[in-house]
Amino acid sequence: MALITYKEHGGTEHKIQVGIGSSVMQGAIDNGIEGIVAECGGACSCGTCHCYVDEAWFGKTGSADDMELEMLECVSEAKETSRLSCQIEVVEDLDGLVVYLPESQY
Amino acid sequence: MKDVCVVVGASHAAAQLAPSVRKNGWEGQIVVVGEEPCLPYHRPPLSKTYLAGEKKLNNILIKPQYAYDKADVHFTLGVKVESIDRDAKTVRLDNGEDMHYQKLALATGARSRRIPLPGGNRDGVFYLRNLEDADQIRRYIGHGKRAVIIGGGYIGLEAAAALRKAGMVVTVLEAMARVLQRVTTEEISSFYRRIHTEEGVDIVVDVAVERIDGGQAVESVVCADGQTFSADVVIIGVGVQPNIELAEAAGLEVGNGIVVDEFARTSDPDIVAAGDCSWHYNPIYDRHIRLESVQNANEHANVAAATICGKLEPYRAVPWFWSDQYDLKLQIAGLSQGYDEVIIRGDTEAGRSFAVFYLLEGRLLAVDAINKPREFMLGKRIISEALDLDCSGLSDESIPLKNLINS
Repeated sequence: MALITYKEHGGTEHKIQVGIGSSVMQGAIDNGIEGIVAECGGACSCGTCHCYVDEAWFGKTGSADDMELEMLECVSEAKETSRLSCQIEVVEDLDGLVVYLPESQY
Repeated sequence: MKDVCVVVGASHAAAQLAPSVRKNGWEGQIVVVGEEPCLPYHRPPLSKTYLAGEKKLNNILIKPQYAYDKADVHFTLGVKVESIDRDAKTVRLDNGEDMHYQKLALATGARSRRIPLPGGNRDGVFYLRNLEDADQIRRYIGHGKRAVIIGGGYIGLEAAAALRKAGMVVTVLEAMARVLQRVTTEEISSFYRRIHTEEGVDIVVDVAVERIDGGQAVESVVCADGQTFSADVVIIGVGVQPNIELAEAAGLEVGNGIVVDEFARTSDPDIVAAGDCSWHYNPIYDRHIRLESVQNANEHANVAAATICGKLEPYRAVPWFWSDQYDLKLQIAGLSQGYDEVIIRGDTEAGRSFAVFYLLEGRLLAVDAINKPREFMLGKRIISEALDLDCSGLSDESIPLKNLINS
């Protein structure tokens, strides 16, 4: 398990233990966290699981592939630290990860 | 008596609707009644990663049990709703019980369209809609084994890709002149035909399947023109039909789906319907439609859930779809029916990436994007926000799409 902190746009914080091998998106869905919609269920198809990775953690989340990068270019309010949370696999090194959720997924 | 909200059906729409009813402030009980024995799962992987054996049931559950527990949503699974008594406000279950409701949500979905085919009941012949179908088909997967797929639609082609990846010898039989004919343009059809051929799948078009031969188990598929294809397993994917019978028998208005208004209400104000089973109005295209998609199941479910709680929010969404085959991600934004112009961006003859824009009087109706997420994402936004698009530059890939949006 890895402890992941999801910070909603309004400031609400959720500290969740997420299973190794799962995804940051799935951890949010499983716990009913607002702000991650994940319409396609994690197929990198919809761009509705956008999150910002805390700068200190960004390097540890791996790199986005071309498909994800193109999707990220088009999500609203993209930043340097934007990722699609379905594409971040939870590994032991991510214990303590902090992600911020955007104001809107649309 | 405590208020009860009963949801009939336990798939995508129900998995979204039931917790959403709670989120909208429903204080009474919420019960989801589903025929299948398991919690709602993602259906798209059934013809893709799940079929290929890359994922297990646990990986494709839409939400785990504790997410429903948290929302205090109860499931009655493995049970079928037989009828609705609208005067008594009860549903009758096939276990003999009656369940009372204040509000009822029909999320009955769709089922595989069946074709009467001599020999269609032999072992090894399947439709593909449910987990059980996929589990059965998986038992027949094996390197070098022969699969014949009847129907060159999305399900058929996705299954073909998954089985081919597993090393099977795959043939797709399509009755019409091209694959995906019902849903897309000639360019996309020939593109997919090319890709499947490159991947080693045999695609046969303009062919009428006559019967399935064999003993107890399937041995071959025989066509009207005499062509015969040996098969260890046959998958029939010829579309779906909405599950409207329950609503119809209860006297609700039905057509090509359960008729609902913009708030997902049926002709009975205490009954909503959402997702694949519904015939609803889409304001962007100004017509009634029935969709078979995850997007619609989710977003329509949210509208229906709000309605149940007395919050009327009209449904307005750009329909979108996706299909994964091999290394191809097809993303479709919008509905292309009625277009008067098609513009292609990228090369359809070589490579594996391009987008097709469908226009009507210069207005963007839909985009089919293959390995072009940018075109999909922006296309969806252009349609949703009715942005003004400079179509003259669309076919020129050197001009970024975002530069063609006039603000």
